[in-house]
Amino acid sequence: MFDVLVIGGGHAGCEAACAAARRGARVALLTFRADDLGQMSCNPSIGGVGKGHLVREVDAMGGIMAHAADRAAIHRRMLNASKGSAVRGPRIQADRRLYREAVARLVDESGVLVIEGEAVTLRMAGGAVQGVQLADGSLIDARAVILTTGTFLGATMFRGEERWRGGRLGGRAASALGAQVRELGLADSRLKTGTPPRLDGRTIDWARTEVQPSDRDDWTMALDPDPARLPQLSCAMTRTNARSHDVIRAGLGRSPLFAGAIEGRGPRYCPSIEDKIHRFGDRDGHQIFLEPEGLDTHLVYPNGISTSLPTDVQVELVRSVEGLERCEIVQPGYAVEYEYADPRRLELTLQHREVVGLFFAGQINGTTGYEEAAAQGLVAGLNSAAVALDLAEARFDRGASYIGVMVDDLTIQGVSEPYRMLTARSEYRLHLRADNAVSRLGPMALDLGALDVGQARRVRERLESHRVATGALAESVTGRELGADDSARKPLFEWARREDLLPAIRERMPAGPAADEAIDDAVYAPYLSRLKDELVARARDRALAIPLSFDFGRVPGLSNEMRERLEAAGPADLDQASRVAGVTPAALSALHFALIRAAA
Amino acid sequence: MGEASAADTIVALSSGRPPAAIAVVRTSGPHAFAAAEAIAGAVPPPRTATLRRLTDPRDGSIIDEALLIRFDAPNSATGENIVEYQCHGGRATVDALITALLAQPGVRLAEPGEFTRRALANGRIDLTEAEGLADLLTAETELQRRSAMARAGGALRRRLDDWRERLLGFAAQAEVAIDYADEDEGAAGFDLPPAIGELADEMALLVRAPRVEPLRDGIRVVVAGPPNAGKSSLVNALAQSEKAIVTHIAGTTRDVIEVPIAIGGVPFVLVDTAGLRESRDAVESIGIDRARSESQRADLLLWLGADPPPDHPGLIRVAAKSDLREGASGLPVSAVTGEGLEELVRILVTCARTLLPKGDELALDRRQHELLQEAAAALERASHLADPVLIAEELRSARQSVDRISGRAGVEELLDALFGRFCLGK
Repeated sequence: MFDVLVIGGGHAGCEAACAAARRGARVALLTFRADDLGQMSCNPSIGGVGKGHLVREVDAMGGIMAHAADRAAIHRRMLNASKGSAVRGPRIQADRRLYREAVARLVDESGVLVIEGEAVTLRMAGGAVQGVQLADGSLIDARAVILTTGTFLGATMFRGEERWRGGRLGGRAASALGAQVRELGLADSRLKTGTPPRLDGRTIDWARTEVQPSDRDDWTMALDPDPARLPQLSCAMTRTNARSHDVIRAGLGRSPLFAGAIEGRGPRYCPSIEDKIHRFGDRDGHQIFLEPEGLDTHLVYPNGISTSLPTDVQVELVRSVEGLERCEIVQPGYAVEYEYADPRRLELTLQHREVVGLFFAGQINGTTGYEEAAAQGLVAGLNSAAVALDLAEARFDRGASYIGVMVDDLTIQGVSEPYRMLTARSEYRLHLRADNAVSRLGPMALDLGALDVGQARRVRERLESHRVATGALAESVTGRELGADDSARKPLFEWARREDLLPAIRERMPAGPAADEAIDDAVYAPYLSRLKDELVARARDRALAIPLSFDFGRVPGLSNEMRERLEAAGPADLDQASRVAGVTPAALSALHFALIRAAA
Repeated sequence: MGEASAADTIVALSSGRPPAAIAVVRTSGPHAFAAAEAIAGAVPPPRTATLRRLTDPRDGSIIDEALLIRFDAPNSATGENIVEYQCHGGRATVDALITALLAQPGVRLAEPGEFTRRALANGRIDLTEAEGLADLLTAETELQRRSAMARAGGALRRRLDDWRERLLGFAAQAEVAIDYADEDEGAAGFDLPPAIGELADEMALLVRAPRVEPLRDGIRVVVAGPPNAGKSSLVNALAQSEKAIVTHIAGTTRDVIEVPIAIGGVPFVLVDTAGLRESRDAVESIGIDRARSESQRADLLLWLGADPPPDHPGLIRVAAKSDLREGASGLPVSAVTGEGLEELVRILVTCARTLLPKGDELALDRRQHELLQEAAAALERASHLADPVLIAEELRSARQSVDRISGRAGVEELLDALFGRFCLGK
């Protein structure tokens, strides 16, 4: 008997298993092949703007992704380095093999038992999950089960006129487990995504591309820096041109996207190259980032030309690009269309609303990206342990983390295209920074017992040095002391609003990231106070809970359409209801009064 | 809960109080067609006025011959199924029709404003239009009617839509610079502030324009001055002057006497502060405070007597009791002889017109005014910033304010603008 059983060994599954284990749960992870743990199925990078924020948050909660990324990093880039710190996004290129190995080691070190096998049936009784039955007939008992099976509900691959069912998972959709999951809440639409061809780096004329070196700065993804540091490689950039676009246009008729074979909605932020040419045909070129896949492989990932055109068109397309004239394609790109489970059936903890102990995390919920998957895995892992061991729930608020933004968006709005984190999704962007993830989430991680001893010590140290740094900013000095022509005496905290004085202020502070964070707090202070007012208003609305048994049909003045929208979203309180898409202010005020009356 | 529910079908007399030549009775909701079938035999085809004989299904008695018009959800005024009955406007006919309709299953009397509320709840109109509609229904003067028409007709909504569209465009540019920093679109130059400044100026123009309250509630003319200056006599004289129509019966609110009147289509509220000051000594100081706060709320301040008047942008000095006194500064007026009254009325109307929105000009109420002021201020700040993150923050705040005026919101629209305008994603 396990406390928690995780099905799937991708980014969501590994993070979920480790999170549950850190809270003291006995955890098993069921996967087809133990070697596939932590496999990067698409681009070889971790982080970015929004995504990097998620990685830092997962790290603040004791997660493994940041550590694995640091151990596998062969190129680092701090995006938006020239912009405000709120939107700086750390991103690394990872050596695929090393990343996989790092994840496998971290899972192993956390005491998770990895089992190879195939789950075919969820065993449930009395509205609660009990475990699974495997293909060989054996049973695994568990108090909580987390499904992190990606696209297993049924994925179809497309390339030109070719079609094939999802790789090693092919045909699983017909399994009893697939049928059960469909019954528990299949979404009524399909999603699509795609991947570019993989290139042989030895056939690229690197001299004709624009080199992008790795950052010199010594930052890491994880709070706890890993001593080992790999050699750093450069990426490179080239672009499509008029001839490439002609090649694509000529091939559009043979693209499953345009021939109507694919109905699923793809991500607008990660369009295929044929989509780009179709929608933005006036552009004279689109960027292609050439990303090395590892230290001991020649494979190169050409980021920017995801495509499902036929192989011969892909070859012609690639060879039309400067620097790729003689390039060999090792594996052509393709598109994937898949089913997913409607995340509106889940609570903020990612537990299914109707089945106690059953959790869903990752791509199965309609998201895209390793980071989004890992963050959901973390949420499900922490909360599955809560269910199994009767511990406190881990609730992430959208005012305090991007993790909170994501689970709130998913469970209230559902998805209509693969969900990716963007900082634009947060109303509290100036507060949700990559550099203050520990301040935002550390106390919660400590309260929940989500950290091991070493992590807890480092989080406490960081919180303490941030406190000290904030205290140091209270020192009152004259402008002259900072080199300004101003004799006024003010706390450093207030001087920090003058950008020209920041270097002088920094000199008076202890060195290190905690001091930088405190200075950023000061820089954003005027905006943050406004955000606080919004947070207070939201807290008021959150206090008006909507009971599970609440009947929207009995709210006076609520139209049928509004009722249907609210019922589908199942908001937990008035604050969540206010974010349900399409719900009018009039409907909200009607709901507001009904809730007050119901509470009275 | 035995209360109003959207599952009910509502019925009400939508035209004026009977008797009248024609009355319009409206039903809206899921049972509107079934009720019409029971009473008129068959529901007419959509949007076609059809003559039908109305009978009370309970006893077969004939109610009237009426024109029926059917509107199908969601393309109706409320977004629900609607049947309109245009019958003869006698009281008995209207009563009989409504009684027969109420006897149908699921039909009940509408609450005040419920048709509009359903229209709002179903997204048929936005908040500004609903507010305009409410004003239209209570408009008493011609100016009020025209202004309310402009609002109910969606003039403000169209202006807001245009602003929203531009704000979204700006925001998309800022967001691209943030979330797609390493790509062409995000790395491209970013020069929003001048355009943002222009939009701020446009909004400020409407912020400064005359507001709707003086039009809706009447121009507040406060008559003030020392005791026995003749304030009450002047108010009475104005209220009874030939051109004034007392629009409804004077009541006392907040211990001051308010007399709503209309002169030349312009609504006024004459406020007599007399009763305050001239009460018993014990409450005199309270009275003075009230008089002072009334003066502050005044659109126009008629100051009587020789004492130096308070500072007020709408000050008109009046030398009252001109039949008795001489030498007081200001326009000589006598409530007794009527001297100067006509001139005073002319001045009041002239001043009032500058304070009122002109006819079809857009006008904001207090709520809209405050929100638009916030939006304009956020844009003004944004126009001086360079960091796209802070610009985006101010744009978000401006967008939120504009959205709250019309009652809309949502990050999804921003993403639509973002991905619709830019080619993003590697």
